[in-house]
Amino acid sequence: MAGGGTTSDVRSLVSSLRSAYAATPVKLKIIDVYVLYALTTALVQVVYMGFVGSFPFNAFLSGVLSCVGTAVLAVCLRMQVNKENKEFRDIAPERAFADFVLCNVVLHLVIMNFLG
Amino acid sequence: MSSTTAVTSTKTEKMASKVESTSPGGIVPALERVLAQMKAFRLKPKQQEMLIKVAVLLLIYVLAFATRLFSVLRYESVIHEFDPYFNYRTTLYLTEKGFYEFWNWFDYESWYPVGRIIGGTLYPGLMVTAALLYWGLRALSFAVHIKDVCVLTAPFFASNTTIVAYFFGKELKDSGTGLIAAAFIAICPGYISRSVAGSYDNEGVAIFALLLTFYLFVKAVNTGSLAWSVASAFGYFYMVSAWGGYIFIINLIPIYVLVLLVTGRYSRRLYIAYNTLYILGMLLAMQIRFVGFQHVQSGEHMAAMGIFFLMQVFYFAEWVRAQLGDPKLFKAFLKFTVLAAGSLGVLALGLGLATGYISPWTGRFYSLLDPTYAKINIPIIASVSEHQPTAWSSFMFDFHILLILFPAGLYFCFKQLSDGIIFILCYGLTSLYFAGVMVRLILVATPAVCLIGAIAVSSTLKNLSKLLREKKSAAVSSTTKTAGKKKAAAKGGYDQLLPFQREGAAVLLLGCLYLLVQYVVHCTWVTSEAYSSPSIVLAARQSNGERVIFDDFREAYYWLRHNTPPDAKVASWWDYGYQITAMANRTVIVDNNTWNNTHIATVGRAMSSYEDESYQIFKSLDVDYVLVVFGGVTGYSSDDINKFLWMVRIGGGVFPVIKEPDYLNNGEYRIDKEAAPKMLQCLMYKLCYYRFGELSTEYGKPPGWDRARGTEIGNKHFDLEYYEEAFTTTNWIVRIYKVKPLDNRW
Repeated sequence: MAGGGTTSDVRSLVSSLRSAYAATPVKLKIIDVYVLYALTTALVQVVYMGFVGSFPFNAFLSGVLSCVGTAVLAVCLRMQVNKENKEFRDIAPERAFADFVLCNVVLHLVIMNFLG
Repeated sequence: MSSTTAVTSTKTEKMASKVESTSPGGIVPALERVLAQMKAFRLKPKQQEMLIKVAVLLLIYVLAFATRLFSVLRYESVIHEFDPYFNYRTTLYLTEKGFYEFWNWFDYESWYPVGRIIGGTLYPGLMVTAALLYWGLRALSFAVHIKDVCVLTAPFFASNTTIVAYFFGKELKDSGTGLIAAAFIAICPGYISRSVAGSYDNEGVAIFALLLTFYLFVKAVNTGSLAWSVASAFGYFYMVSAWGGYIFIINLIPIYVLVLLVTGRYSRRLYIAYNTLYILGMLLAMQIRFVGFQHVQSGEHMAAMGIFFLMQVFYFAEWVRAQLGDPKLFKAFLKFTVLAAGSLGVLALGLGLATGYISPWTGRFYSLLDPTYAKINIPIIASVSEHQPTAWSSFMFDFHILLILFPAGLYFCFKQLSDGIIFILCYGLTSLYFAGVMVRLILVATPAVCLIGAIAVSSTLKNLSKLLREKKSAAVSSTTKTAGKKKAAAKGGYDQLLPFQREGAAVLLLGCLYLLVQYVVHCTWVTSEAYSSPSIVLAARQSNGERVIFDDFREAYYWLRHNTPPDAKVASWWDYGYQITAMANRTVIVDNNTWNNTHIATVGRAMSSYEDESYQIFKSLDVDYVLVVFGGVTGYSSDDINKFLWMVRIGGGVFPVIKEPDYLNNGEYRIDKEAAPKMLQCLMYKLCYYRFGELSTEYGKPPGWDRARGTEIGNKHFDLEYYEEAFTTTNWIVRIYKVKPLDNRW
């Protein structure tokens, strides 16, 4: 798979990515960490399911979807509060956050119902 | 915005005259003074426009409800057809026993001896909606009966659909389009056919839910707001709870997203709208037990999941590009990610399919994509009349001028593409294809056709009225309402007018008016003549023009209810299963929920066997009564003799002893003297034509003249050995036979 990219390519890619990312505002970085955390949790659950089997399938699904949903919603929030994204100018950060909370409440209420 | 006035200009004058005529009617002086003040108070143009819009929308709302009441006026407040009887029965159960009992209901009265888990095998949206309406009305101390609530549920939701159509049209183009779309959909026969009063079926609320989901989704895409996305997820949830057609949404929206991605219209708003809808909608849909884990397990839902992952990859790539800024580096990165993501996706799909974790597409889905599939593989799907391919005439019948306006609307859509317009294009084109595959799916296409037609009409009217007002915009005072429009007209002024431009525009406007009036006339006629028949009560015209009512079905069902033991089992062809359980309250062997093909085939086999063989089959199923529907006396053509070949086919599909050629004479299906010998001796023939040979049905014809098929029957005098006639209705439409007890003398 890595036939096209040489190691120097990858290295320069990583370094330039890192330097570019350093300029991101702290607020967005916090969201990024949150997203990463959620995704890691989802991954852990999938691996765990690989070991013990998916028997209470609804429990597994709700666990993973809760994490994935959280991550996706957080990414949406990140888009909306990012000042560089001009298309969301008419959505105030407070409004964005309120929407985010609303979505999370809905998501987790449904998850709780689904856990069984 | 000028199209609004163009549409409503005629109505404006009407409204104005109405207001004036009613205003000086006050008697009390105080009231008069208030009225005088009101007269002095002049509304601003914007307010006037608002008032007109609200008034028109209100009229449309009422109209949509009222036009669906033809069936109640012509017949009575009665539930129609077949499936609605099941829905009615379950709603009754829900209101009597409460939600938990309903959710855990195991029904012993159908599919004897197997039974059916009702709570887990239905879409509860309709029943819950009707029950909530019922409880709500009761709480407001309206003493309504649940039957009337059920009868009026569909018209009520049709009215709500018009409101959604208005907002959808407004979102797509402008409020003028919205008003026209609402007016179109209020009376469009394609929609009315499934939502007249009494047609208490899933589709009645589902079209509302469908349009609502689409509207909210487009709104979410346009605004990029999480709140709208959540709302569309809830709309989707309602749709999933109401109708199996939700599969259309979960496939159409990914197609739309894919189209946007391919055409380079990807935006962050789209990301937010789609992903929120997908995650939340999927989770919500899983709460419906009948749908369950299908969103992650069945092949039909995989497109949505694939698009979900694709969007994540796309977003990630986009983000990295924004961070890097160096195109060469990004290219290297892209090559790697695309390769990795693509191979991972293919691997996952292959693994899922190979291990049987993801179920392949079902037959119903295949038959949608390939119209010939069902005919070859699944006779039970092909046998249903509403699953037949659509004829051109029925397109014309159901859409009328919309059929011509649709291509015109497409033209106007392509002229000014936006995200919303692309959505309605995807929706319109795919659903029109499906409408061509199956008659019943015209219903799904109707909202799209109405919206696109509305875009055509509103664009045309807007252009024409602009031409009309070109020169003397001040002179035509009734049509110019807002300052903005005057400006627009002045701005759009050409250097030189074409000869007879204004006259031509006026003529064309009149032409449009004529078309629209024709549409209204056609819709009203279709509704009153074709789509308001309950099919449980039949009506016909005698030769002298008098109307006769055949109420044989209810007569038979009530006979069963009052004259047979409560635990009697009734065998009939599956079409009448729901009606028998709902109205006669007796156990049936098969019903319209065609989940067990073998069971249906067993009944089909019994009906097409000789009397003694059928007796054994029916005895093994504990059958006490056999019910057949027969139209030979009245000329009712959708009776069991005409459905008989499907019984043979479905029976023969499972039991090879039944062979279709045995019932045909040189490939021809007939019941006269030329008929195949097995045809004249099989149970269905005998039960239908027992003692019919003695009856003279039409003047100048020999006895035993079958009026539905226009022939004299072939086998007139025979006796029944294992069955005895229990009841035959007034017009012989329903005949009930008792299965004799086993012989106790050997």
